[in-house]
Amino acid sequence: MKSKTIRRWSFIHTWSSLICTVFLLLLALTGLPLIFHHEIEHLLGDAPQVREMPADTPRLNLAQLVEAAEKHRPGDVVQYFGFEDDEPNAVLTIMAKTAGTEPNSSHTFMLDARTGEALETPSANGGLMLFILRLHVDMFAGLPGKLLLAFMGLLFVVAIISGTVLYLPFMRRLQFGTVRQDKSSRLRWLDLHNLIGVVTLTWALVVGVTGVISACADLLIAAWRNDTLTAMVAPYRDAPPLTRLAPATRLLDIARDVAPEMNPDFIAFPGTRFSSEHHYAVFMKGGTHLTSHLLTPVLIDASTLQVTAVGERPWYMDAMGMSQPLHFGDYGGMPMKILWATLDVLTIIVLGSGVYLWVVRRRAAKPLPTEAAA
Amino acid sequence: MKPRQTNFWKVFSTPLVIALLSAAGLFSALLGDGIWDALSWVGLGVPAYLAIRGLLPRN
Repeated sequence: MKSKTIRRWSFIHTWSSLICTVFLLLLALTGLPLIFHHEIEHLLGDAPQVREMPADTPRLNLAQLVEAAEKHRPGDVVQYFGFEDDEPNAVLTIMAKTAGTEPNSSHTFMLDARTGEALETPSANGGLMLFILRLHVDMFAGLPGKLLLAFMGLLFVVAIISGTVLYLPFMRRLQFGTVRQDKSSRLRWLDLHNLIGVVTLTWALVVGVTGVISACADLLIAAWRNDTLTAMVAPYRDAPPLTRLAPATRLLDIARDVAPEMNPDFIAFPGTRFSSEHHYAVFMKGGTHLTSHLLTPVLIDASTLQVTAVGERPWYMDAMGMSQPLHFGDYGGMPMKILWATLDVLTIIVLGSGVYLWVVRRRAAKPLPTEAAA
Repeated sequence: MKPRQTNFWKVFSTPLVIALLSAAGLFSALLGDGIWDALSWVGLGVPAYLAIRGLLPRN
């Protein structure tokens, strides 16, 4: 590699990383507790305990659950019902003043599927963990915040790629894994920056890219509403607004009939961001481990309960679905969470040592970026 | 260009193996539980181990 080429890559690496470092540090630090949010919520006593009852206790139907929800929060309407595999006796319920209310103004709680009893989930509506989550997701700045973080994520990817290119001239004369400990603090941290940077490369790229995709979720959902959903509900364009909804009782059976290999993930009630004004949308997830992250909407007419359409999944919605586990690290048990946290801390060290190396370099009289020649 | 190419593989062969291992680790747990999870712990454990070994002071 010519020294001019190295200087160019070095320039790209320095500035792409310097610009994104503060944001990446924020993301890495807030991301750390989020990896363990489930465990932390349990420790804080914020996770609702579903009552022990005989296994064959019958469950209420969905219409009865809607009724229970409305009794619990008079004046609000149900936006979503969510189903979790590890807690089949509870239904995650999201309510708000109107179906179209934006997510941050909604109220989330659980309904006991057998008794209709409401169990509050304080951590989903406020408190420390939600505060950390909002910092991580949009810095309390809504869509502009998300898009800014997405852009920082892209810079991070550029920094990773340019860093990998620079790894070659820096390591030409060194064995893999060499850390020169006895020369100077700068050399030690240069070697560590290179070593930790290159071994965490794949993980950091995957978490970075899936983070960017997740940060663009609002845009992807809007795109999905614009093309796929609009096409599916085209016949309803001029239909009058619904005054009352057909009961939700059989929604899951109706959806299972048209998507027999799949399991329900959540139901979007009419008028929400994931359904139309005239439809219940039952989002079905695939039956295998891999496809359980991919969602297919079944649109059910909210007055006749006829299936209007079984949605096709555009590729970007699949990308969004697969991005979630790959960003959260929640798909391989506790050992994976611990490794995720370790790699996250290692990324913080790479970011920190990068800033340190830049500061030391600037302090040195000669700012020639040709380490490689040394 | 010959010597450069040798250089490339000398420098990048180990990182490439680690990269493939991490990629396999990231992907395998998506496919199933049990052995697939264990595979992912190995795939992600290797880079974590190598990085931590570098951080520890040598005697």
